[in-house]
Amino acid sequence: MNAILSIILKRLMVGLLTLFVVTIIIFGAIEMLPGDIATEVLGQAATEESLNAFREKYDLNRPLHVRYLAWLGGAVTGDFGISLANQRPISELIGQRAANTFFLAGYAAAIAVPIAVVSGMLAALYNGSVFDRMLSSSTLAAISFPEFFIAYILILIFSVALGWFPSLANVDVGDGLGERLYRTFLPAMTLTLIVLAYMMRMTRAAILNLLALPYIEMAHLKGMKRWRVIAVHALPNALAPIINVIALNLAYLIVGVVLVEVVFVYPGLGQILVDAVSNRDVTVVQAACLIFAATYILLNLLADILSIIANPRLLHPR
Amino acid sequence: MTDLLLDMTDIWIEGRSERRWKPIINGVDLKLHRGEILGLIGESGAGKSTLGLAAMGYTKGGCRISRGSIRFDGQEMVGAPHNTLRKLRGARIAYVAQSAAAAFNPAYKLIDQYCEGPIKHGVMSRAEAQSDAVDLYRKIRLPNPDEIGFRYPHQVSGGQLQRAMTAMAMSCRPDLIIFDEPTTALDVTTQIEVLAAIRDIVREYNTAAIYITHDLAVVAQMADRIKVLLRGDEVEEAPARQMLSAPQEDYTKSLWAVREFRREAPLPQAEGTGPLVEIADITAAYGPVRVLHKIDLTIPRGSTVAIVGESGSGKSTLARVIMGLLPPSKGQIKFDGTPLPKSSRQRTPDLQRHVQMIHQMADTALNPKHRIRETLGRPLEFFLGLKGKAKEARIRELLTLIELDPDEFIDRLPSELSGGQKQRICIARALAAEPEFIICDEVTSALDQLVAEGILRLLDRLQREMNLTYMFITHDLATVRSIADTVVVMQNGAIVEQGTKDEIFSPPHKPYTELLLSSVPEMDPDWLTNLLQERSDILSPKDEP
Amino acid sequence: MHNLLNNLRDAPVSAWVGIAIVLAYAILAIGAPLFAPFAERASVGVQYHPWTAPHYLGTDALGRDVLSRLIYGARNTVGIALATTALAFFLGATFGLLAATLGGWFDAIAARVVDVLMAIPPLIFALLILTITGTSVLSLILVIAVLDSTRVFRLSRAVAQGILTMDYIEVARMRGEGLFWLIRKEVLPNAAAPMIAEFGLRFCFVFLFISALSFLGLGIQPPTADWGGMVRESAKLIGFANFATWQTATFGLAPLLPAGAIALLTIGVNLVVDWVLHMSSGLKE
Repeated sequence: MNAILSIILKRLMVGLLTLFVVTIIIFGAIEMLPGDIATEVLGQAATEESLNAFREKYDLNRPLHVRYLAWLGGAVTGDFGISLANQRPISELIGQRAANTFFLAGYAAAIAVPIAVVSGMLAALYNGSVFDRMLSSSTLAAISFPEFFIAYILILIFSVALGWFPSLANVDVGDGLGERLYRTFLPAMTLTLIVLAYMMRMTRAAILNLLALPYIEMAHLKGMKRWRVIAVHALPNALAPIINVIALNLAYLIVGVVLVEVVFVYPGLGQILVDAVSNRDVTVVQAACLIFAATYILLNLLADILSIIANPRLLHPR
Repeated sequence: MTDLLLDMTDIWIEGRSERRWKPIINGVDLKLHRGEILGLIGESGAGKSTLGLAAMGYTKGGCRISRGSIRFDGQEMVGAPHNTLRKLRGARIAYVAQSAAAAFNPAYKLIDQYCEGPIKHGVMSRAEAQSDAVDLYRKIRLPNPDEIGFRYPHQVSGGQLQRAMTAMAMSCRPDLIIFDEPTTALDVTTQIEVLAAIRDIVREYNTAAIYITHDLAVVAQMADRIKVLLRGDEVEEAPARQMLSAPQEDYTKSLWAVREFRREAPLPQAEGTGPLVEIADITAAYGPVRVLHKIDLTIPRGSTVAIVGESGSGKSTLARVIMGLLPPSKGQIKFDGTPLPKSSRQRTPDLQRHVQMIHQMADTALNPKHRIRETLGRPLEFFLGLKGKAKEARIRELLTLIELDPDEFIDRLPSELSGGQKQRICIARALAAEPEFIICDEVTSALDQLVAEGILRLLDRLQREMNLTYMFITHDLATVRSIADTVVVMQNGAIVEQGTKDEIFSPPHKPYTELLLSSVPEMDPDWLTNLLQERSDILSPKDEP
Repeated sequence: MHNLLNNLRDAPVSAWVGIAIVLAYAILAIGAPLFAPFAERASVGVQYHPWTAPHYLGTDALGRDVLSRLIYGARNTVGIALATTALAFFLGATFGLLAATLGGWFDAIAARVVDVLMAIPPLIFALLILTITGTSVLSLILVIAVLDSTRVFRLSRAVAQGILTMDYIEVARMRGEGLFWLIRKEVLPNAAAPMIAEFGLRFCFVFLFISALSFLGLGIQPPTADWGGMVRESAKLIGFANFATWQTATFGLAPLLPAGAIALLTIGVNLVVDWVLHMSSGLKE
């Protein structure tokens, strides 16, 4: 067990180190602005005095590494500083919105993951069947269509033509769960469609790779029933690749949500990030980027660790 | 032996490639009685594995049995429903694969994989199967039979796994076992024990078997009858002893004759010329792992030295050190009296030119996108500065030298050559540099025996004509017997023994040399029996952890 | 060349469809001024003209001809995507091949840097950088090319590493061949097929990526005609689609036209890529 623990610890260290480097990049990128934040906010025409006052107010005169550590310490405790555009605390601006974003991504994942894994396995089992071929062509469509194309088609059909679901997903804090699920159905469907086919295809490929291995042939030659070969001999060995597929797609959902939020005017983190980029509200951009990047890195980290645990060779060392 | 167990008649099997069905087996018959062992031999592409699997009513993906009848114990298997076949497989016909490491599921303990068959076929309860497994593990002479089953496949060595797989095949006490090259991937000293274990257990339970191999000496030990296949056709079939002593067909005779090749004594060298290569006190390591330890070796001009050893003995590493691909941590190599810089990067092109190497796998040693003209032309241009017509003429000369028609071959890609032809091109590429010393790293071990013999004869002829010096790395003692002047035996990165061929091959031997030499199967059908008799007095079963 | 023609003859229908789509787009993009009935940026009619002559796909909110803008959009969007992909490929493949061939510290450092760059989702990274650089076409191309080159780096490094384990590389190294010769003569010819396929895939990715940025208003800026931007401009119209009559229905379809144009090209490229991949894997058998 010690070997696997040290591998996991090592991976964990690499993951945290990466996260650390990424915070430096996110913080440092803003420092590359021509001029500084003060001139950026107050404009080129601002007087030296007002610039200095601004710098004083936001502690911009302190050395870079001090400001970085202060920012990082704040970020860890949930305090991201103050928005340059409207002077309000960022945590207040993005708190509820981040929750909305995770809700939407989780909603889509809850639909997409079970469907994708089950149908991916079925496609592998009935390799070459009509179902399998339908799957391949739908994958092509899913990776070729821009997110907004899928979104507008869904809106056109389910909202404009049929009137079943609202085209704007404007949820409020007070909404109950049922109301929320109803209002965010179309964005969740869009996200699901985007990742579903891809996830199915990867699950299918993982299983198919496995089915070509000698020990699977051996299980057939031992006279095992077909379902037993799949469920008992193939599946435990397919766990690691399937976990990876799921995590990869969850990570993608977290990011893909940005576009979908804009299409459906959903009050999420992606929406605010896009607005902040247009307004060059750098502190908000920093905060939103950090949340997205950290989630993405942590999901990948989790996937790696789970697939290390699922590997029998590492689990039972010599 | 009148009870017919398996009756395959007029079997035709096809495989699909490039959108066409291509024949693999063309109308072969195969009959097997209870308790009988049939040896199925042939070179690669003979279809022996395909035929063996067909005996289970099974074909690999992309293959089909297009015609014929397979009756097992009176029951027709061609066209039988999946469930009928499934109930036979594992229970009454079992399979032992070539690579046990790949054929065991990495996620389960050996004993659980053993028990799966008997439980699911309703032969035994789990408790019965477990105690039965331990019994069989003991019979097949696995170390620690009580607990080895509770290990995972990757925790057990290759030779042990192969025996565990034989035990697993035996778990339902089948009437027939198909052995598909079960010892091909093993070293000779390990092979012996697996062969003995297989033979004993099959005899004890009077199980019929089809033993598939390309190794004549192995099949001689195992089989009652031998069937020879060539490109999907049956060449001949006869009882083992009769087949070994008096083969009828030309093809079989040529297979048998391969082992007879012996090179003539080397040319006497002119007086006053020192040794060509002197290796002194070489020690080398991959990172912290020491792979060569204090190697001292002198290679006389115009001779062939064979380096013999099993996998992990360091023999290929020695070649890499001489070529300058792995700089040694200690020691010196002199070529023709001048010390060679340790790394190939420090050596001048002229030094590099004199020492050439030929790899084991001609497939990966030739750039698939380069035509023969380019492959052979580059060293001519690089080392000798040949250009244009002179280069073209020399390429043609080289092709003639290796017995390939220049007009036919000069514009071909490697993918348009056979295995033997590819190896010839590699030889020509080495010759293009006009070397004095050539390292041959297992150059014949990936080839069929007949083709390999052709390569050995070619190398021998070239040596005579061009006064070349060879270092021949091999694990195959038959090759050593045919081509070596002096022999170096290596084990675990050190030299165990060295001397002239006669010295090494005649007693007294060092213990390891003795073990190695005695483990090489011979064509004599009684060889294994006699050997085991001898050894049972001296040695206990040896197996690495 | 002979081989290619042979393969072309055996190509499946899907490959032909893909080739036809890609060719059609290429012709439209190159000859945009010839095919477009109206100017790219000028207002040439009333607002929201229905889908009838002379504006067969109507006009937008500023009275510009949608068909003409779609055709010019092919030139702008595809052109920028192509330039970006080419740059990404140049960067990624150069470093990838070098890292694999040189090995050692260069490889270790390059691989680490790429690991970190790839740990940040590309869209988020692009948004971060574009905040600083602003959204000019040049910065768009540079930012996306650098981000995307990490993926090309990974692939070309992996492909080259696979090739470098081959014995023919060892033979060339023993001969004392130089680095440049090794890459050019031994590695590149064998890496060509997977790299060509990767180029297609990267193009699709970059193309969708730029369209997404433009859709968010952060990519190619108006008045330049660009499909992602056109979707954004006409997005609100979809709510007014009314299936009572054909004319009112087409009115609401405005955002689907450029979005569909994007989807169709991506499908075409993917079909060609599938075929190339299939061919290169088929040859290995």
